[in-house]
Amino acid sequence: MILKGRHLIDQNDLSLEELDQVLALAEKMVDDRDAYSKVCDGKILGTLFYEPSTRTRLSFESAMLRMGGSVLGFSDASASSVAKGESIADTIRVAGVYADAVVMRHPKEGAPKLASQFSPVPVINGGDGGHQHPTQTLTDLLTIRRLKGRLDNLKVAFCGDLKFGRTVHSLVSTLAKLPNIQFVFISPDELKFPKHMKEHLIETYDIEVIETQDLESVIDDLDILYMTRIQKERFFNEADYVRLKDSYILERSKLKTAKQDMLIMHPLPRVNEISYDVDDDNRAVYFQQAEFGVYVRMALIALLLGVDTDVKGE
Amino acid sequence: MLKVNSINRGIVIDHIPVGKGIKIFDKLKLNEADFPVVLLMNVSSNISQKKDIIKIENVMDIDLTLLGLIDSNITVNIIDDNKIIEKKKVEIPGDVTGMFKCKNSRCISNFDDYVTPKFKLVHKNSKLLYSCEYCDELTTYVL
Repeated sequence: MILKGRHLIDQNDLSLEELDQVLALAEKMVDDRDAYSKVCDGKILGTLFYEPSTRTRLSFESAMLRMGGSVLGFSDASASSVAKGESIADTIRVAGVYADAVVMRHPKEGAPKLASQFSPVPVINGGDGGHQHPTQTLTDLLTIRRLKGRLDNLKVAFCGDLKFGRTVHSLVSTLAKLPNIQFVFISPDELKFPKHMKEHLIETYDIEVIETQDLESVIDDLDILYMTRIQKERFFNEADYVRLKDSYILERSKLKTAKQDMLIMHPLPRVNEISYDVDDDNRAVYFQQAEFGVYVRMALIALLLGVDTDVKGE
Repeated sequence: MLKVNSINRGIVIDHIPVGKGIKIFDKLKLNEADFPVVLLMNVSSNISQKKDIIKIENVMDIDLTLLGLIDSNITVNIIDDNKIIEKKKVEIPGDVTGMFKCKNSRCISNFDDYVTPKFKLVHKNSKLLYSCEYCDELTTYVL
């Protein structure tokens, strides 16, 4: 289980054992962050963000800086050589000279995979279109493991945009491999979880899948409610977006029948789908989730770089 | 009845589904050939009632992957001295590179010159579904 030098393009690039390795290190970092403050001394993380994503970019930058490393890159492709027409292959070959590892966010699906085929250093997929967002999945898994104490025996509901929501697709495909997981998919008809993915879940893992449009009818039996934003940028038609954007709004009043230890998660940013009056409910963990994102990225970067994380005794 | 002579040395692509013969003819660029080529359409067949056949009076490389994508029942016979000396098996290809495009309009393979679209077979039943190596979208090859 050596992760040094590897790429992380798809969450399935990690076996369950490797996933456990990343999460276990992240938990150690949560417990004693200062102990890891120098493990990436002298290392550089390249951040190639071809589309805006302040949250993910800052999370990666924070992770590297908290381990004593440095960061360079761009957050707007129009201000880089990309605007001159440079290919991804050339950009990554050069970035791989400047940095020890690279995180790439790109609007086109499969772009980080392409980058990994030309990169001399580890490439981390920081999100590619509606396809994959593996470090969000790691973040979600760390949140669940840390706050529920387990990653199995869970009834997990996803609510909102289940068609274009890459965070949903990634998390579902990983949770499906774990024992006794049930899924509830809550969405408007137009944004349903993709049929071929649902069939794959049922055929491969024999998992129970419930589909509904009604959040309140299922909320009382959930261990996790994962809310998602209806993403304007994924629609080709503005009218469809306007019609669907407020399909689900989680208000405090709707939580009355929910379990007291249910987790309300959200990959953020939120718009209307969770009311502010939910924020101070103990079950609302989405800001903690963002914090866990830094730790899990710290662990991942450290393991892909192969730095010494044995900080016992410090 | 239409009579077409057998060939002395060359290739016979047989058991082509009706209507696909002319498409294979185009894909193999046989219209540019400077040797005898015959396309037979709607020929009687014991197996499927009707079929198309292509006879090529020349030995040339035939893209078996392309034929496999169309129909795995197609047969390719290599002829020499008026006899079949080899029967090539056409199979549904497990991996396909550069034969068709990913249907996902957001896939990098439709935008970047460095990318050759690559697919893996994920479904063999009624229709062939191929998963894109880059974006995982499922695409069906239609000739």
